[in-house]
Amino acid sequence: MNLYQRTLIEMKELLKGGEVSAEELTQAHLDWIEATDDRLNSFNSVVAEKALNQARGIDEVRSKGDDRGPLAGIPGGLKDNIVTRGIPTTCSSRILEGYLSPYDATVAQKLQEAGSIFLGKTNLDEFAMGSSTENSAFGMTNNPWDLDRVPGGSSGGSAAAVAARQLPFALGSDTGGSVRQPAALCGVVGMKPTYGLVSRYGLVAFASSLDQIGPLTRTVEDCALLMETICGHDPLDSTSLEGAVPSFSRQLKGDIKGMRVGVPKEYFGEGIDRGVRDLVLDAIEVLAGMGAEVEECSLPHTEYALPAYYIIAPAEASSNLARFDGIRYGFRAAGFEDLEELYTSTRQQGFGPEVKRRILIGTYALSSGYYDAYYRKAQQVRTLITDDFREAFQRFDVLVSPTSPTVAFRSGEKKDDPLAMYMADICTIPANLAGLPAISVPCGFSEGLPVGLQVIGKPLDDGRVMRVAHAYQESTGHHSRMPDLLGPDKRDERDEGHDGEGHDGDGHYDNGGEADGR
Amino acid sequence: MKAPATGFEAVIGIEVHVELLTDTKIFCPCSTGFGAEPNSQTCPVCLGMPGVLPVINKKVVDFAIRAALALGCEISPEIRFERKNYFYPDLPKGYQITSPGTPLGRNGHVDFTVDSDSKSGSKSGSRQVRISGLHIEEEAAKSIHEEGDYTLVDFNRCGVPLVEIVSAPDMRTPEEARAYLQKLKTIIEYTGISDVKMAEGSLRCDANVSVMPAGSERFGTLVELKNLNSFRAVKKGLEYEIERQIEVIRGGGRVVRETRGWDERSDRTVPQRSKEEAHDYRYFPEPDLLPISVDEAWIDGVAAEMPELPDTILKRLVEDDGLPVYDAEVIVSSRDLVRFYDEVTGLYEGDPKSVSNWLMGDLLGFLNAEGKELAELPLTPEHLVQMLRLMDTGTISSKIAKTVFEEMARSGKSPEEVVKEKGLVQISDEGEILPIVREVIEENPGPVEQYLGGKEQVLGFLVGQVMKKTRGKANPQMANDLLRMALNEGQ
Repeated sequence: MNLYQRTLIEMKELLKGGEVSAEELTQAHLDWIEATDDRLNSFNSVVAEKALNQARGIDEVRSKGDDRGPLAGIPGGLKDNIVTRGIPTTCSSRILEGYLSPYDATVAQKLQEAGSIFLGKTNLDEFAMGSSTENSAFGMTNNPWDLDRVPGGSSGGSAAAVAARQLPFALGSDTGGSVRQPAALCGVVGMKPTYGLVSRYGLVAFASSLDQIGPLTRTVEDCALLMETICGHDPLDSTSLEGAVPSFSRQLKGDIKGMRVGVPKEYFGEGIDRGVRDLVLDAIEVLAGMGAEVEECSLPHTEYALPAYYIIAPAEASSNLARFDGIRYGFRAAGFEDLEELYTSTRQQGFGPEVKRRILIGTYALSSGYYDAYYRKAQQVRTLITDDFREAFQRFDVLVSPTSPTVAFRSGEKKDDPLAMYMADICTIPANLAGLPAISVPCGFSEGLPVGLQVIGKPLDDGRVMRVAHAYQESTGHHSRMPDLLGPDKRDERDEGHDGEGHDGDGHYDNGGEADGR
Repeated sequence: MKAPATGFEAVIGIEVHVELLTDTKIFCPCSTGFGAEPNSQTCPVCLGMPGVLPVINKKVVDFAIRAALALGCEISPEIRFERKNYFYPDLPKGYQITSPGTPLGRNGHVDFTVDSDSKSGSKSGSRQVRISGLHIEEEAAKSIHEEGDYTLVDFNRCGVPLVEIVSAPDMRTPEEARAYLQKLKTIIEYTGISDVKMAEGSLRCDANVSVMPAGSERFGTLVELKNLNSFRAVKKGLEYEIERQIEVIRGGGRVVRETRGWDERSDRTVPQRSKEEAHDYRYFPEPDLLPISVDEAWIDGVAAEMPELPDTILKRLVEDDGLPVYDAEVIVSSRDLVRFYDEVTGLYEGDPKSVSNWLMGDLLGFLNAEGKELAELPLTPEHLVQMLRLMDTGTISSKIAKTVFEEMARSGKSPEEVVKEKGLVQISDEGEILPIVREVIEENPGPVEQYLGGKEQVLGFLVGQVMKKTRGKANPQMANDLLRMALNEGQ
């Protein structure tokens, strides 16, 4: 098996045992990125030299017997809406073309302190607005399982990079499902922590009351390790929660026998593809088989989550994106007569259509005379949705559902139909509105494309959410399947021969029928 | 202008912005110091760089509570921040973080007195203006419009904490508005939360003004008047605007709801924004900040550290020190003056009234003539006390004391030094004065004859001649006595 195909924890062991150096590991990833990224376009920027230097530094310190932290020598990437000093942060928007942040995001700093080697910034829907990574000013990212399909979004670059083994992990941001949905569509693990658990300082804000940074990895174990690194109170983020970070890795251990698992019926209704629904129901059977007490339940206000979200998120976005005015940094349109024209031309040319659409929706929703009908009403709905969950969690430890109503759709299929695109987040949005922890874990393949199982927990019950996902992953093998990126015209014959547990087949293998329906 | 005779009545409300003197800005650790190199006191947070978040400076809340308590406000148990959205280059985030929906202070009041003012129709007497709200917000940057087709922006000011103090529409004349502002400024100055300098912009004033038929219950159409950045501007601007509105109505027109600015150069108000052009600020709750709970313990802690306020001091000066109300008001009008007065009276065993006489007369006169602030003078309270004692012991005359005082105020020297250097010690030695008295009698036969003929008041002239010959140093009482004696002797 090639180095880059290993999981994060395996890489950590190899580094620890001295079987491989950080430099070798970094080089292996850089080579693989080089070989694959013209087809995937997962990255907005790759910092090869910088990464290799950093890796050599780690190796040097290690040779002196100093272990440099939990992620020492592990390569990783950041969604390109997380600011990094000295490396461009674009948010995949023309308006931030060439922008260099004067400071590092708190999560970037934490990863660096943990010893992780930073390889580059991953592609996204412009300002994280979208569900397909097609709204990137720098070209769309392709799904490693089928290059004609979208990777999901908005953290599509991060998800594709992890699925294609370009990176063992990447961070994304999740406002309405932007980590979990692409994780599901690319067949990797994606976690949205409890709101406030991870500092937002340095995450370019889309919708502040919903945004949360989370990891994308191949396994839940890797996810838990990353969560231990990136969570924790940050005095620079007033919404960040106080309290010590639990040992999530340790919380993964133990079975899920007797755990009360609720299955909200609203997440299995109209709009959910049959293939997806069947696989998720199979996964629930697996949980039941491990001793979980599974029962159907109801979250009655679920249908209002999407409309409420599409008021609240654009409202906050319309304000958060006001700072991109061409005055102090980033793109400024040439040739203006006065201030007003400077603003309008800059924003007209600098923002893409979906960003403009949301700014307009948000501006409208906050306008005097409409505030009560839209924004206030949406906040009331948000409260009802939070109450639904609170009630459900009196009876259940976790709730499970599909992550995405469909498998990865074809590129261009929904690009001109915003409403159809917005439906892609129908299963993920409620957890953002209620600030709950939720994870997507691969649960099989439909039409040869990955499907994700979503596990939602109570506030601050992130450990339990990961434990359920981990238990499921331990008893199944979906996550070790690797997309056959090399296709028929293989570039590199060395990549034959996987470990046997995975399938390197043609990448369109459907193992959705592994278990019978419920 | 004869506003009171026109049958119209004006209604005025005042909004004041006060910059708080915290060491650091409201949402970041940058310094708030005034006058630094442009853009040297900035960071990613106050520059609104992508990804930054605000963190409230608790000291700002302390200061705002202090202001609210000083204005007799009820304190709100919770502050919720909001965003006020609009585009302007001095607003780097594209929104201002403010809190008018949950003002920290409510239902306060300012009590003050007004002199009669025929021009604006004010009758003298005491007034009360209600404070409807006091809330915390952040300052915008400073735009510098220079010659040429560009504007510079200095972000040092961006994120300096402010409180906005909104009055009820309780004023009826420009003089009342001016007096209200004066009193408000004095109260805030005493709380120590701001240096309230209108010239530097740390106190800024806008007014809402309308006119209606005298005695009416229904207010007229309101005009917002901006740029009232001096006491003169408040008075003149309101006088002009009230007259303008009355003329519009008299001419059969209707006052338009708009924002106007006071133009200092032309002494006029000029239109800035009509109602149609008014911003829709799209206020909504600031999601980056949690609500702040203000509990009793917090309020009590701030109250315990509240400096003595002007009304309390006024009472103390009148009731304890026996000063006339007028004296006390003059002293209380300046915090520095009160501090100086308190230090002097704390050391001096004599009558506080004589201290007040020196402060109100010579000290304020000197400051006025020199165009200086008390804090700029090298004069110390100790020196003034020493000077008063020299007078009390007869070492210097009150006339000499005036010379001594001016020199102390100018150079910071002690009164002993001044007296010695200039040879100003009072001559209280009969042996030294008597020969001069005889000289004066000899040189002024005419007046002497008049005096001896019964014209007693001529004695003053002769004393003056003695003083002149001794360059003011002769003890005047002694000169008086010796003259009288010598003249009677010669009879």
